[in-house]
Amino acid sequence: MSLREAFKKGKFVITAEVGPPKGVDIGEMLDNAELLRDKVDGINVTDQQSSVMRLGSLAACHLLKDRGIEPIFQVTCRDRNRIALQSDLLSAYALGIENALCLTGDYVSLGDHPEAKPVFDLDSVSLLQIARGLEQGQDLAGKELQGAPHFYLGAVVSPGADPVEPQILKMEKKVKAGAEFFQTQAVYEPKKFAEFMQQVKHLNVPILVGIVLLRSAAMARFMNKNVAGVYVPDSLIEEMDRAEKKVPKSVEIAARLINEMKGLCQGVHIMAIGWERRVPAVLDAAGLREYNVY
Amino acid sequence: MLVSELKPWPEILSYLDGEQSIFLVGCNGCAEACQTGGETQALEMKQRLLEEGKTVTGYSIIDFICDKALVKLKLMAHEEEVMAADSLIVMSCGIGVQATSAVIDKIVHPACNTINLGGVQGKWRGSERCRECGDCLLDLTGGICPLTACTKGLINGPCGGAKNGKCEFEPDIRDCGWHLIYERLKSLGRLDKMSTIVSPKDWSKMQPPRHLRPTIMWALEHEEEKKEVAAK
Repeated sequence: MSLREAFKKGKFVITAEVGPPKGVDIGEMLDNAELLRDKVDGINVTDQQSSVMRLGSLAACHLLKDRGIEPIFQVTCRDRNRIALQSDLLSAYALGIENALCLTGDYVSLGDHPEAKPVFDLDSVSLLQIARGLEQGQDLAGKELQGAPHFYLGAVVSPGADPVEPQILKMEKKVKAGAEFFQTQAVYEPKKFAEFMQQVKHLNVPILVGIVLLRSAAMARFMNKNVAGVYVPDSLIEEMDRAEKKVPKSVEIAARLINEMKGLCQGVHIMAIGWERRVPAVLDAAGLREYNVY
Repeated sequence: MLVSELKPWPEILSYLDGEQSIFLVGCNGCAEACQTGGETQALEMKQRLLEEGKTVTGYSIIDFICDKALVKLKLMAHEEEVMAADSLIVMSCGIGVQATSAVIDKIVHPACNTINLGGVQGKWRGSERCRECGDCLLDLTGGICPLTACTKGLINGPCGGAKNGKCEFEPDIRDCGWHLIYERLKSLGRLDKMSTIVSPKDWSKMQPPRHLRPTIMWALEHEEEKKEVAAK
């Protein structure tokens, strides 16, 4: 079932992500994706995540698609101008990839090539708009396409940002521009998330809450200090600190967060960041194997 | 020398929706030389506004509008007129618009597009920067340039990378430009401006004929040419 169909059927949608390797050994990435097959409705493939140069998202999406796994093509505006972005969207569609998640992209200074010239010719809003334009058979210059693609377009939002209002204002623009679903930055505060969901209710767009598996208390502290829009409450940090066995605790916390938030939104997006093989356990613990809220 | 040209009149007029009284600010520096923001142009602007039924509460031509301290000093002499206005129209380069915005708590509208830098950027500028993009967006962004204040030059709102109002690039020293814009528009009660979807920029407006534009002579010659064409 495609991601579009999953949403259409009102299924509680589950997505996960894989990161392409730095290099051409694709075995591990494919193994990770294989673990998630039939357990999730789609797998995001990150686009040079954190501005670290890697194998491309488009090629990796194609590899997944070839194996019958539903890919979500992450596209950022950091490395390509409007010509390359439009071209890659067309290429994706020609390879059978219809899901595209349109992002701004991290700044180049965060990655391993901080000297690079950042592009940002477009932004996430205009990228969505342009993808919609391609569907109408026209490129940004108004030139006619020989055959139009048809995408299922996603975008991101950061519910934990402070203040959150600018994020919501931009989210509204993204919906207007053509976003059909949202995945969020990692959320660790169900109460705050409930408030956020109230504030964006009027947008009437499916939202998948972001879950990042906590590996340790140190990781949580690091994220609090360095990752925008992410806040891990002290109680969770202490819980991780006290736990003798970190892995089961991490799975338990992720499952608990999902359980507390699954009634609030339309799905969950799990970012395992290297712990992909724990994702099935999280889904089991959250009772999501056969989960269907509608 | 910053080379600027007046925006098309309908665009300037579109900024003034719902606003009745306007205060005009011009510049006796580069904008005067480009014939976009000197006294002559300010009086022309005043006349056009009156014809549209607007009220002009006053005007001030500042010697070098890029000098924020001078802008503040000069506008203090017009305090009542400035306070009586719904907004200000600034007839100068993007730096002048931003410098005015930085010292006056009112919406500022750019009257010009800054095409090109013919030398240094202003004489006494502070933190304000202009990218000379040729299609000024300062009306929508509370007089803070998103191309220069945002590290990524985003034109449709913040990315998800800011923390505590700081940019993900150099978070210890660099503010998130969109956080500044948001706070500014919020304090002015004009957050509606942030909901406008801005089309991708036409970067070609920055380019030609750049090789011809780096001098004050170009601006003057260009104006002469325009007059000649008009005379024909």
